[in-house]
Order: sequence, then structure tokens, then C-alpha cells
Amino acid sequence: MNILKYTIYRTMTMLLTLLVVSVMIFAIINLPPGDYLSNQIAELRATGQAEGVAKAEFLRQEYALDRPLWEQYLIWVGFAPGPNGFSGLLQGDFGWSFEFDQPVSDIVGDALWLTVLVNLAAILFVYMVALPLGVVAAARSKSWVDYSAAFVGYLGLATPNFLLALMLFYYGHKYLGLPIGGLMDPQFEGEPMSWPKVKSILIHLIVPTFVIGTSGAAAMMQRLRANLLDELGKPYVETARAKGLSPARMLTKYPLRMAFNPFVADIGNLLPAMVSGSVLVSVVLGLQTIGPALLAALKSQDQFLAGFVLMFVAFLTLVGTMISDLLLMLLDPRIRYGGRDQ
Amino acid sequence: MTRLPDGRYVDDAPYDPQDDLQRLERADMDAPGWLLVWRKFKTHRLGLLSGVFLLLSYLMLPFAGFIAPYTPNERNADYLYSPPQMVNFFHEGRFVGPHVYSRTAIADLENYRWSYEEDRSTPMPLEYFCTGGSYRLAGIIKTDRHLFCAPEGATIFLFGSDRLGRDVFSRILYGAQLSLTVGLIGITVSFILGIGFGSIAGYFGGKVDWIIQRAIEILRSLPELPLWLALSAAVPSNWGPVAVFFIISLILGILDWPGLARAVRSKFLSLREEEYVRAAEMMGASSGRVIRRHLLPNFVSHLIASATLSIPAMILGETALSFLGLGLRAPAVSWGVMLNDAQNLASIEIYPWTAIPMLPIIIVVLAFNFLGDGLRDSLDPYEQ
Repeated sequence: MNILKYTIYRTMTMLLTLLVVSVMIFAIINLPPGDYLSNQIAELRATGQAEGVAKAEFLRQEYALDRPLWEQYLIWVGFAPGPNGFSGLLQGDFGWSFEFDQPVSDIVGDALWLTVLVNLAAILFVYMVALPLGVVAAARSKSWVDYSAAFVGYLGLATPNFLLALMLFYYGHKYLGLPIGGLMDPQFEGEPMSWPKVKSILIHLIVPTFVIGTSGAAAMMQRLRANLLDELGKPYVETARAKGLSPARMLTKYPLRMAFNPFVADIGNLLPAMVSGSVLVSVVLGLQTIGPALLAALKSQDQFLAGFVLMFVAFLTLVGTMISDLLLMLLDPRIRYGGRDQ
Repeated sequence: MTRLPDGRYVDDAPYDPQDDLQRLERADMDAPGWLLVWRKFKTHRLGLLSGVFLLLSYLMLPFAGFIAPYTPNERNADYLYSPPQMVNFFHEGRFVGPHVYSRTAIADLENYRWSYEEDRSTPMPLEYFCTGGSYRLAGIIKTDRHLFCAPEGATIFLFGSDRLGRDVFSRILYGAQLSLTVGLIGITVSFILGIGFGSIAGYFGGKVDWIIQRAIEILRSLPELPLWLALSAAVPSNWGPVAVFFIISLILGILDWPGLARAVRSKFLSLREEEYVRAAEMMGASSGRVIRRHLLPNFVSHLIASATLSIPAMILGETALSFLGLGLRAPAVSWGVMLNDAQNLASIEIYPWTAIPMLPIIIVVLAFNFLGDGLRDSLDPYEQ
């Protein structure tokens, strides 16, 4: 199997997975009894507002909410024609948000890119922190560096993300003058990209990145340390030492490369956790990502908005995992023929 | 025996712990497996300490109402946002035993909040085995005895009081009842599903294996929190606290099993080729019996260790859900519900004690991690 074939194979499995996931998400979204519109209609009837009822009834038909669930699903994804022909996720129509009375794509808009940005920043942070710390912790195992790294790591694992966010925000603002809330200064919102806007976003990213990345970095560091320690105990390391290779060179030449594989492969475990973390942290810190939109949509049963955000989050993790798989294959030739039976 | 200059006696025989363990027919290596595990676990100080701490915490749960000076939803309208109170032992240099000072609320009209003034002239000794708000001991016996409470005219808010004047310390104790058990129920669900699916996949292989494997992959590739959120949003709002609690633990468990199932499956794949399994099959044991009697006992201890390591994730998950308002709901008390009050920067700055419930969370999660590490290290007593 060459690279191209593997890429195609991987893309196909990803698409299939996405399909299964869409069924799952649709089922979950429709778990609560009733839907936003029927609740609204009941409420309007109770208060005797007839004109509102007509609009809600119209929306119900427009979005095929009066049809059986399986038909609704097919229309939502775009496999079957709805009242207005094919217009589902596949065709780029994300549906209507009843809560905000706007198309879903207008509401999420920028939030999609900011979500990707926040997660990318967090992943970079994880690698930048976990790599040097993990290597040092393994090379100087049982020294103060090792112990303090382990201590910070444990603390990072044990502190609930949202609390860490609140604390860091508070102290970051008090002592370092970091901005509070949001992902950019208010005056840049809705503005086109410019240098000051980028700068503002970068400064606002510091705390969220740190918060989302800490627990991931802690776990990653521990794993790198364990892998590297395993490698360091092997006979070839002893040989290298006996031949008089300098410690730094000895470390980077073989053991580090060996320990590096799981490090890249791990992104599949890391990414879901990061996205989870970013949703939570976004809600707490009021970042303009899709986290707050998801929470609001779930609370008010705004099904198209909630469904789209969940799909997007799943899509993000699946694509990320796929990229890491491809990277891993480039990095390690042994995985190229990657069937699990060999 | 040599006597050192400082008076200690030292054995002259060379001492090498490694050598000792490798020798065959050592009496202390001839003990049953659990004893060996226990011996090794005892040397893992941090794990042992965490284990004892967790054991005590869980044993405390039925008696939370007795230890807590107040009941969880008891409001003290005169003491809103009262800061933590110290228990003093010395009054003006003289020992009078544990006592508190009474405090009165003063409206601070400049900052629009309550400030409190302590009357330090008269020490008010604590009372023991006194009567207070009534509760059910271990959920059964109705009583109103408390281990200690404040004397008439004073209050005892060890960790301060919250926005409704409820005692944070008492609420933490009551909150532990839900926050600590949510993980146990969740892990039970995850265990049943994980072992069930994992052993079926590993033992039978083939198509079943393929389907379960794909399911595991899909579930593992999805971010947990949004799914948790979506599932808990589906819990009807008219359900009682107990029902919500069970359904939330169920939700936490449902998304946790794939990791466990994967571990179980890979163990089964290697173990099912062993000769004793072949022997059992030839003697006519059914698949269920082979799985339960011959395969599972082999690595049940590993499963326990990995369960210990995944309980913290559930505790944190419950906290996050409740914090976001989609998990447990008032009047239920859990640590996440309490932190819901500390959601904004203002309360962290002005009333930092409302964030105290984070301490038990961190400590318990750390303890589970250390315990799990200790268990994992000691489960194979022969390995050095």
C-alpha cells in the first residue's frame, strides 16, 4: 500500500465514521420529547397569540419537522429532498436556528475558525511543553526536574479545567494585565483581518491555550517519559554509552526517535479531550467559539444549531486524527503497510 | 555485628534486595497472590496513603449528616456570604477549649455587600452531640444529633457561607455523597459494558469482533464532553434529583467503556490460545464458563487498577456537567453544583471561599490517581 492508497483508504473510513456519527448525533438530539417549535406552538396557544402560531407552523413544514424521524434525518444530511429540494449538510445548508431566528451558518460563522484556531494553539502548546519536559524528565529521572514536572502534571490532571480557567484569568489580569474574556478586543469584532486584530487575538489566546493544553500536556509528558525510560534501559543505549557518545547526542540519535512514534500517534487520544476542554473553557471564559452556542442550543432544544455544532466538533476531531495518522506513516516507514494483521 | 561510633548496630552480611527476590523457594514468596500484592503495595507510600484516605472518605459518606454542623439546604438569612470562621482555642492567652466568636452582619453601603464584625469579647464554646436540623443517618435513621454545632447566638461556618447563607463545609460533606458515588456507579456501568463487549470481541473474533472494534473506534474518536452535554440535555427537567443522579452516572459510564473493552479484548486474544483454555473447552465447558472462570480472573486485577484510574475522569465529568447546569440540579448537592455559584470572576475575587469545593475535587482526583498507580505497580509482585 503506498501513501496515496493509504490516504484514500483513510479518507473513506473517515467518511464512513462520519456517517455513523451523524446518525448517532441526530438520535441524541432528538432524544428529548418534543422539539423547539412544538414547545413554542404550545406556549403561543396557551397565551393566545395566533399570528406566532402560524409562523411556527410554517417553519415546522419548511424544515420537515412534521415528518417521521428517519425522513427528517435524510433531509437534514441532504440524502433526500426536503420541502425545498435537496438542502442538507451535504449541500452546505446547515438549517435554521429557531432560538436566534437566523440561519445556523450566520450564527456560527466566525466561531468555526476561532474554534479551529483555539484548538490548534492548544495542540501546539501541548507539544511545545510536553516534548522538552518529557525528555528532561526521562533523561534526568528521579531528579528535582522529574519530580516537579510530575507534580505539576498531576495537578494539571486533577484540577477541573473550568476552575483553572477562572483562576488564571483572574490572576493573569491582576498581575500580568492580560485581557479578560473573549478572543479579541471588542472593537475588532466583525472587522476584517488586520495586524492589530491578529495581535489582539494572540494576546487573548494565552490563557485559554494554557488552560486547555495543561491536562493534555501533562498526560503527554508522562507518556513520553515512560516511553523514553523504556528505551533508555535497552542494551543498545548501554553500547552507545560505552562507546563514549556524548549523553545529548546519544539521546537524540536513537532513543528519542523511537519514543517519538507514540507521541505522534497519541494525537488521536489527545484531540477529543482537547475539543472537550475547549468547549468547556469557551463557555466559562466567554470565547467566541462554538462552545457557548452548543450549550445554549442544547438547553433550548434548538436542534439544527445543536446538531450542526456537534457534527462540526466530531468532524474536527476525525480530520485531526486522520492527519496525525498520515503524519505517523510518513514518520515511521514500518507503519506503511499498516494492516493490523501483520 | 559491628557497632558504629554513634552506637548503632549494623549487620555485616551483605544486603542486596534484588538478590533476595530472585532466590527460589523463598518463604515469603510462597504466599498467596493477594498477600504478595498487598506486601508490594504497602511499599508504595503515596498509593497506600491515598487508599486509606479514600477508604475513610467513603466510610464517612453515610455519616456526613452527623459530622456536618448544618443541613445542606439550611439558610441563614442573617449570614449571607459570611467568610470562613476560625475555631480558636485560646482566649486572651488563656486556654478555654475550642470556641468561636459571634459575628454580626453590617450592610456595607459603599460596596453593596455584607461585611461582618466579630465580637471578640466573649468566647462561645462549641457544643457536642447537640441537636440541630434533622437528617437521615445513612439514609435510614431520622435524627437531629450533630457531632458539633455552634452555641446559641453564634455560627460555625468553617469554610464560610454562600449566597443563601448555607454552610459551605456542611455542603461539601453532603456533596461528597453524590460526587464520590457518581464515579462508582459510572465505573460499574462502564465495567459491565467494557468487559461484556471486550470479552465477546476477543473470544469469538470474526465479524462480531470487527463490529465491536469499529464501534470502539468511533466512540473513542469523539470528544466526550459535547456528547455528555447532549445526552444530559435530554434528561427531562421534571425528574427528581435521585433519578437525574442515576441517569447522569449512567451517561458518564456509557461513554467510558471503549477504552476498557479494548484492553479486555487484547488480553483475550492472547489468552484464548493458552493450553488451559483449550483443555477447558475440550472438557466441554461452555464459552460463558471459559470466559468467566478461566479467562477473566487472569486480569481482573489489572482491570481494577485501570478502573481506579478512570474514576477521576467521571468525577471531573460530573463536576463539569453540573457546573454548566446540565448535570445534577439543586436542591441536589454535589461539588459541581456548588461550584456553579463560583462561576464568575466577581465571586472569586470577593468571595473566594465559594470556590473551596475545588479542593476536595483536586484531592480526591489526585488520590485516585496515586492509588491507581500504586495498584498497577504492585499487581505483578514477581516483577522487579
